[in-house]
Amino acid sequence: MGRGGARDGAAAAPPWHSLPDEVLEHAFSFLPAAADRGAAAAVCHGWLGAERRSRRRLAVANCYAAAPRDAVDRFPSVRAAEVKGKPHFADFGLVPPAWGAEAAPWVAAAADGWPLLEELSFKRMVVTDECLEMIASSFRNFQVLRLVSCEGFSTAGLAAITEGCRNLRELDLQENYIEDCSSHWLSYFPESFTSLETLNFSCLEGEVNFAVLERLVSRCRNLKTLKLNNAIPLDKVASLLRKAPQLVELGTGKFSAEYHSDLFAKLEAAFAGCKSLRRLSGAWDAVPDYLPAFYCVCEGLTSLNLSYATVRGPELIKFISRCKNLQQLWVMDLIEDHGLAVVAGSCSKLQELRVFPSDPFGAGQVLLTERGLVDVSASCPMLESVLYFCGQMTNEALITIAKNRPNFTCFRLCILEPRTPDYVTRESLDAGFSAIVESCKGLRRLSVSGLLTDLVFKSIGANGNCLEMLSIAFAGNSDLGLHYILSGCKTLKKLEIRDCPFGNKPLLANAAKLETMRSLWMSSCSLTLGACRQLAEKMPRLTVEIMNDPGRTCPVESLPDDSPVETLYVYRTIAGPRSDTPDYVQIV
Amino acid sequence: TLRLGLPGSESPDRDRDGPADDVAPALTLGPAPHKAASKRAFPDASPHRGCSAAARAEDKPPSAAPPAAKLAAADRQGLLLPRAQVVGWPPVRNYRKNTLAASASKAKGADDGAPHYVKVSMDGAPYLRKVDLKMYSSYEDLSMALQKMFSCFITGQSSLRKPSTKDRLTNRSNVDSLQDQEYVLTYEDKDADWMLVGDLPWDLFTTICRKLKIMRGSDAAGIAGKTLVCRK
Repeated sequence: MGRGGARDGAAAAPPWHSLPDEVLEHAFSFLPAAADRGAAAAVCHGWLGAERRSRRRLAVANCYAAAPRDAVDRFPSVRAAEVKGKPHFADFGLVPPAWGAEAAPWVAAAADGWPLLEELSFKRMVVTDECLEMIASSFRNFQVLRLVSCEGFSTAGLAAITEGCRNLRELDLQENYIEDCSSHWLSYFPESFTSLETLNFSCLEGEVNFAVLERLVSRCRNLKTLKLNNAIPLDKVASLLRKAPQLVELGTGKFSAEYHSDLFAKLEAAFAGCKSLRRLSGAWDAVPDYLPAFYCVCEGLTSLNLSYATVRGPELIKFISRCKNLQQLWVMDLIEDHGLAVVAGSCSKLQELRVFPSDPFGAGQVLLTERGLVDVSASCPMLESVLYFCGQMTNEALITIAKNRPNFTCFRLCILEPRTPDYVTRESLDAGFSAIVESCKGLRRLSVSGLLTDLVFKSIGANGNCLEMLSIAFAGNSDLGLHYILSGCKTLKKLEIRDCPFGNKPLLANAAKLETMRSLWMSSCSLTLGACRQLAEKMPRLTVEIMNDPGRTCPVESLPDDSPVETLYVYRTIAGPRSDTPDYVQIV
Repeated sequence: TLRLGLPGSESPDRDRDGPADDVAPALTLGPAPHKAASKRAFPDASPHRGCSAAARAEDKPPSAAPPAAKLAAADRQGLLLPRAQVVGWPPVRNYRKNTLAASASKAKGADDGAPHYVKVSMDGAPYLRKVDLKMYSSYEDLSMALQKMFSCFITGQSSLRKPSTKDRLTNRSNVDSLQDQEYVLTYEDKDADWMLVGDLPWDLFTTICRKLKIMRGSDAAGIAGKTLVCRK
């Protein structure tokens, strides 16, 4: 921007260097994307100050990348904060308990520095009841609490929230492990409380008082999202719908009951009243006979999550085929290829498809093949995001998919058996995945699987110019594979690797790259301690964490350089090494 | 080893897969991957679907077509063994796996499908555990599982004396035999009373049990007195 320097005829020169802060802040308020705000802040000191003082939303993608107090001091006007903790592979059991990622320091810092905080979101973190109590008592205008894949709290903590947050609009609990203390957390919402717009307690295991729930739903006229848990039976769902016909999103909780025609009629009538329903989910151990009760809402649905539904067969397919405006579909592989063929023909607006394995460790029963994905990618022109678990794949299928759908932004393919080759040619799947990255120029997220050599990584490194997240497992044959990735993939932020024969050399050769990334995870590869030490020494702004067998207690300092490293987790940070590591984590 | 003096319990010695597998995922997170290596039935020995041939494909040219094709064919008939279980693979979230496991057990005829997790505490242990009561079919099952789970907390303490047959036959024996044993299993019911485990039929017990506690025998004597009922 530097127009700097005084000029004659100042009337013609805009006073960029002396714009009052309020003007700058107002201008910045039109930049919602954090990346844009970051760019603005980098222009000059004036803009830096104005931007950080006016920042309203803060997303901390790694809770250890910065100290909570520093974040709060730097951005004093934040109203909405999101913090993420454990590495992604923690979802699959690769991170032992008590690893860290405690929300408490963030809540404490926020309570001190952001009294006007309205929204807080934690993902993959340990949130205690004390945290929830502090949230409830520290922010007088607290409105939105979102907890995703968290643990460490109970219904007693929820009671603190429902009792204390008088302006709560959203309570969104997604896939958390919540201790059931039988405290009637729902009852703590005062009778005068009516501001709720989102209530999601689908992950709660215990009972809730239905009468209380019903009264709550009746008086919260702005309720748009209601996701129930398994404890709520079908007939109660119907009653709730009658009280809240304005719902936009419904999670039915458990959906299994013996077929009774009067219950069917009740449900059908209740759904008929829901003209605004757009998103539907639920754990349907469903008796397929009930599905027609939903027919009246099919036309309006944009999102359908049946990924916990073990329902299968023609009724399921008929139901989905009526959802002509579906944009997002999550199902189990019980839908099979012919079901996906029907989806391909019916759901022309589909943007996101996720197909989950119903029996991940099963005896090789092939329910779903590459055929289903080929059909959907051929017929759904707006498809851009896929997560697909299946048992077999061919290069030809992947090449066809790549040709049909160059608009993929997220492509995650998981072939269930590691190192599975193309089942027709017995070759590796290098050609197929290469076709994907070559064709899909806007690909941001990629997960590869099956039999793959270093060559596929050469292709990914060279073509993955927008790639931000890459997941690799049981692939590659030498250091070269990792080197291709780290020396290419210009925009890579997160790299997670397991069980690949990648060693020290590419890591050290590309050490500088790691500082441009958010994090790197490598487990069961061929790393040794010496290389990790070198990396840590070379790159002081990275934290290099080693994880070994929780049973082993010998300190890392005493181990020789050639000791194998089971798990490496490296991330950039401005906060220095963390002080809350458990015994099995050592920071090198 | 820890012995839980359930009335009528037999001595253990069954090889049972740790109930730890059924406990809340936060506690079951995989052992270090080097242990996982032993969990993988990779790749040479087992007749896996073409994979064993393929796993070595980097060394050999992909000309292993005939045996692999046979395997693939056999596979389509679903004749192959279940997949080797590698920790964290396929990448399905623990949350999803547990939810589906609950549905699966329901499909097999359990009542309401959701696992019935209860906390298990033990006097003197630094932390609690959780068990899913639906994973057990009898008091003996539960007792053995808990013994396995908590034996690590017993160091240098003698094992319990299990009640003799004579003890079991007499009503009043419960109180005396409890005092002789080191630990007793108790539970908290829906009324928040602490009761001695073992009096109710197993199925009824699983529905009303909210928590379990392994108490020292001396502490439990009072409870036994409270809940003493005529035993068959």
